[in-house]
Amino acid sequence: MFELLGIPPQALFGQVLLGLINGSFYAILSLGLAVIFGLLNIINFSHGAQYMMGAFVAWMCLNYLGLNYWVALLLAPIIVGATGIAIERLLLKRIAHLDHLYGLLLTFGLALIIQGLFRNQYGSSGLPYAIPPQLSGGQNLGFMFLPNYRAWVIFASLVVCLGTWFLIEKTKLGSYLRAATENPTLTQAFGINVPLLVTLTYGFGVALAAFAGVLAAPIYSVNPNMGGDLIIVVFAVVVIGGMGSIMGAIVTGFSLGLIEGLTKVFYPEAAATVIFIIMVLVLLVKPAGLFGRQA
Amino acid sequence: MKLKTILATTALAALMASPALAQQISVKAGVLNDRSGLYADLSGEGSVIAARMAVEDFKAADKGIKVEIVSADHQNKPDVGSTIARQWYDQDGVDLILDVPTSSVALAVSQITKEKNKIHINSGAGSSDLTGKACSPNTVHWTYDTYALAQGTGGAMVKAGGDSWFFLTADYAFGHALERDAGATVTKNGGKVVGAVRTPFPGTDFSSFLLQAQASKAKVIGLANAGSDTTNAIKQAGEFGIVAGGQKLAGLLVFISDVHALGLQAAQGLVLTESFYWDKDDQTRAWSERFAKLNGGKKPTMVHAGVYSGLLHYLKAVEAAKSKDSAAVMAKMKETPTDDPLFGKGTIRVNGRKVHDMYLYEVKKPSESKAPWDYYKQIAVLPGEQAFQPLAESECPLVKK
Repeated sequence: MFELLGIPPQALFGQVLLGLINGSFYAILSLGLAVIFGLLNIINFSHGAQYMMGAFVAWMCLNYLGLNYWVALLLAPIIVGATGIAIERLLLKRIAHLDHLYGLLLTFGLALIIQGLFRNQYGSSGLPYAIPPQLSGGQNLGFMFLPNYRAWVIFASLVVCLGTWFLIEKTKLGSYLRAATENPTLTQAFGINVPLLVTLTYGFGVALAAFAGVLAAPIYSVNPNMGGDLIIVVFAVVVIGGMGSIMGAIVTGFSLGLIEGLTKVFYPEAAATVIFIIMVLVLLVKPAGLFGRQA
Repeated sequence: MKLKTILATTALAALMASPALAQQISVKAGVLNDRSGLYADLSGEGSVIAARMAVEDFKAADKGIKVEIVSADHQNKPDVGSTIARQWYDQDGVDLILDVPTSSVALAVSQITKEKNKIHINSGAGSSDLTGKACSPNTVHWTYDTYALAQGTGGAMVKAGGDSWFFLTADYAFGHALERDAGATVTKNGGKVVGAVRTPFPGTDFSSFLLQAQASKAKVIGLANAGSDTTNAIKQAGEFGIVAGGQKLAGLLVFISDVHALGLQAAQGLVLTESFYWDKDDQTRAWSERFAKLNGGKKPTMVHAGVYSGLLHYLKAVEAAKSKDSAAVMAKMKETPTDDPLFGKGTIRVNGRKVHDMYLYEVKKPSESKAPWDYYKQIAVLPGEQAFQPLAESECPLVKK
């Protein structure tokens, strides 16, 4: 059997697949960030905390209300998205006309508060959440054992990512959104309710984070720190893809997951830093990111 | 009648005089640990509760010892921990520091304690270097260490036929120490280590590393990590059918709070080593019930138990030495055998290693668990003398060879 760089091809395919699975989390999360940044010009640092809230709401649905995973997958994004709408109306709206730095600081502060509240209530070691019975077990692909749940994660995130892309790039609502991003004053003059669009967009971006959180709950333990650990990586993904670019977020999300997965095989110690190295390189060559428009 | 009066008067006088006669000693104990991060559940506020319980149970006030307890968050950072320790010793009059999980912070605090000639009773950290090459006359390492964990879980699994190992090692001081000690145990028992992978710390996704471990065909996958790294790795190993495929997982450091976080469905069958389990006997149960009432229903970890029993032994030594002078108290602590409801009988060796029995547990199946926190069944007892590194092998300069 031939070997590629010392790794048997079977193992390599396995790692590629795993990279794509991680990439699907990066893609959904960076997509939410890109959508929010595109329209609100807010660098939403509470995205990680909102992802964590998604996982916690799924856990609460199960433990307090007896609602299963599938219901939570629908309900948690709605509930967390609604808290996002409240945050936009109460706080973000008031600083919308200021520099993005204010939005970043505000959302960062919110993230710390939310994480602190969850940590006080539920402790730091996490809560168990089982894989739904319909998706337990896995398939033997010959080169690896693919858990059914992981396959579902790739499928669900692809559907959501492509759906969002379609919504923004191909529909009338999307064209309003894009117009409002380009020139909010003119768009408003055409009789389109821009503040409402802004609020709903923020709610939608937050709901995407919560959706990723529910997807993550059965794989990682539901833990108040889960978002904080991930958010920095996701920001790097967004920067590499280009802030605000929808396609950029999706493509770089999946491909960086892949690169990270391969690094884990060839040089595991660097797996945590490889994304940042790429970020530095991309910023040097193309400061607006791979898919970003030059400001 | 006259005799009675005399006796009564004498007794009364003695009663009134005793607190005045006994020299009033005030002790300030600092509980330094992680109060917000990934080790907050296994140490954190619970350790402060345990310390208060020790003061209460010792009836310190009746014995003329006034104890004040302070606490702080070291955030698992050696620089933060060192700053707090210095401030406590220099400005706040703290006499001893308790707990200190996270090996890197513990090693720093132990060093400062030696400089300032105070006392450090460590319950939370793992590295066996604390009583090995980095030992100090001012430090007692109480609850467990990497050597004992390796002896317990490692030794048992090799004897049960798990003679080839692959390690998943958290890439920092503690992980390296655990891999080293466990690897040595495996080899000593006739097994072999077929490979290891160093995983970034802290990590969330271990599936790539688990696939490498699976491909190595090792019989046992040793998890040389802790906290949420361990729980995520165990959860994902289940997902990838690693245990179902015949390989065994060895959680080298698993606390009961981790098992609680995993849930029995994911944790069942896991073999682990602890020095304390709340449901071991009537005494541990009674103490743990009291503890749980004060800690929001959560049962104590071995780290909490170690803070309690360490402080209790310290207070006994202060009472016996009639002083809080560090050298005198430390001498008393080391010469007096330890005895408390949680760890039973034990001793403290010259290098500061507290020796007591360690226990090998297996996590119950969901069907076997009858109540919340009913998680372990005992497989074996490791007598303290075998569980901890023999003095003859110790690199500690305090041990005369």
